[in-house]
Amino acid sequence: MNAAIHAAATEDIGSPAVNITIFLVFVVITLGIVIRAARNNRTAADYYAGGRAFTGQQNGIALSGDYLSAASFLGIAGAIATIGYDGFMYSIGFLVAWLVALLLVAELLRNTGRFTMADVLSFRLRQGPVRTAAAISTLAVSFFYLLAQMAGAGGLVNLLLGFEGTASQNLTIAAVGILMIIYVLVGGMKGTTWVQIIKAVLLIAGAALMTIWVLAKAGFNLSALLGDAAAAAPQGAAVLEPGLRYGLTGTTKLDFISLALALVLGTAGLPHVLMRFYTVPSSKEARKSVVWAIWLIGIFYLFTLVLGYGAAWLVGPEKILAAPGKANSAAPLLAFELGGTLLLGLISAVAFATILAVVAGLTITASASFAHDVYSNVIKKGQVRADDEVRVARITAVVIGLLAIVGGIAAKNQNIAFLVALAFAVAASANLPTILYSLFWQRFNTRGALWSMYGGLISSIGLIIFSPVVSGKVDGKTGASLSMITDTGIDFHWFPLENPGLISIPLAFFLGWLGTVTSREVGTAAKFAEMEVRSLTGAGAEKAVEH
Amino acid sequence: MSTEQPIRHTGGTGYEEVQASEEFQDLRRRFRRFVFPLTGLFLAWYFLYVGLSAYAPDFMSHKVFGNVNIGLIFGLLQFVSTFSITMIYARWADREFDPTADRLRAHIEAGEVK
Repeated sequence: MNAAIHAAATEDIGSPAVNITIFLVFVVITLGIVIRAARNNRTAADYYAGGRAFTGQQNGIALSGDYLSAASFLGIAGAIATIGYDGFMYSIGFLVAWLVALLLVAELLRNTGRFTMADVLSFRLRQGPVRTAAAISTLAVSFFYLLAQMAGAGGLVNLLLGFEGTASQNLTIAAVGILMIIYVLVGGMKGTTWVQIIKAVLLIAGAALMTIWVLAKAGFNLSALLGDAAAAAPQGAAVLEPGLRYGLTGTTKLDFISLALALVLGTAGLPHVLMRFYTVPSSKEARKSVVWAIWLIGIFYLFTLVLGYGAAWLVGPEKILAAPGKANSAAPLLAFELGGTLLLGLISAVAFATILAVVAGLTITASASFAHDVYSNVIKKGQVRADDEVRVARITAVVIGLLAIVGGIAAKNQNIAFLVALAFAVAASANLPTILYSLFWQRFNTRGALWSMYGGLISSIGLIIFSPVVSGKVDGKTGASLSMITDTGIDFHWFPLENPGLISIPLAFFLGWLGTVTSREVGTAAKFAEMEVRSLTGAGAEKAVEH
Repeated sequence: MSTEQPIRHTGGTGYEEVQASEEFQDLRRRFRRFVFPLTGLFLAWYFLYVGLSAYAPDFMSHKVFGNVNIGLIFGLLQFVSTFSITMIYARWADREFDPTADRLRAHIEAGEVK
């Protein structure tokens, strides 16, 4: 039975030649656009912020491109296909989180900063230590997110391109990394934004096509689709009810709450999302871009519900889990089931384009943070020419790209969803409390920021290291390890939850408060007045670059 | 390059003056009165959904019609509420917030605060 499923999964995956050709066409077209877009790249504002000349609509599409990563598309569809209702939680958390960005962060950040998250955090605090802390947490979040995407590329290649073995996986990860470095070096923010826009349109169109196709097969009857999915699932109707994954014990229920908290508070602390708000000319356009992003992302996540249950119905959870790439292969297998070789080729190309674009967005954010925050403002104390800073950013992008290739090869067998959830938990713990305090609390000071950022960073990463995700989680039935460390003899976990958010996020808020009230540093009223007035009115905000 | 030379606003008194003005205080008050309760509302609504899913699975599994249960309807309502709040906020910001903010900005950038 198992062998038959495996054989079916490997021989029926369509034509690798078609898959590769479609992907290469995407690469050639986007590279052409990146080169065209790069002709006007002169200043730091061009390189980091695309000259701040994108419209709200363009940036909104690019935001959805940045956000709908491989974890969103492949991961959520796979989660719904295999664990049903509990998987849909990801879609809801990832979407509702945007309201935090819309209501509390996007416009105020656009009005007060220039290129990075740290511009806002250090606005009225001591530049050196705060920028350093913000850069470290930016690099940490971006790196975990990068690893997840690179590992996704490696994990999927067997299924999508018909390659076998580790060497070709490593080669694919390296190829994705090198392409991404080229995009970032040549195109800067302007080039990567166009790649995001193209990719977002392709991804949403592809998902829409598959959604309508599945619905048509179900006679446009959602209830019938759900019934068919439940009939195909080994757990039966339980896939339509909460608790399949998180309802087993009191601990798993707390884990569900912890995950929900990290998801809803993580988005507005993701550095590569925050940096996008600088690519538009004003806070009004920043607002428009979030509105566009919420509509596009929300509609896409509605598709994931149909795609996930559709894959459960038409492909079947057992066949999905037996395929290379496991749950992540639900969407591609569904594409093959629906439209054969050609649709599989299109969807695979879209999946790789997604990984490529998200990785490029992360790399430019991390390189900007190092060059602008650490090199320019901390090491050189602001005494640096703009083109010198951009040169450092480009070198950093290459270094990060190479690190991501090495890390991606090392992490390729790890759980992708785990790495992304880690990035969200770290962002919600290390970044969001300080962003909110510095925008809304006059008394907030440097010690509060440092305690909150380092406390959030260390507690979130530390708790994950000592959680069952890293060691000691064993499948009750088979006795196989479900942790990163697959040797079941090694078990140093003592923290029961898989997601640290429930502890680390409140802790970071508390430390921000405690550090502030125990410090004698009283921020200048003048600086707070400047920040508050600028953040709300947009006075003195960075303007678009004229060419 | 204005953020690079914040010292240019000698003493920062200009911004403090604006901050203390009736018009700015009113803008700030209206902004906070709008976004803070709305934030509390959507977070409470979201955690109601999460909490019921975790601790009242039988209630959430109750079928309303066909195979569609209360949990799925609550989940889809999260989408409806997110889209609604987005539209309500954007409309409010365009109509109620922007005119005052723009007037204050023009006032500041015209040179009264430099």
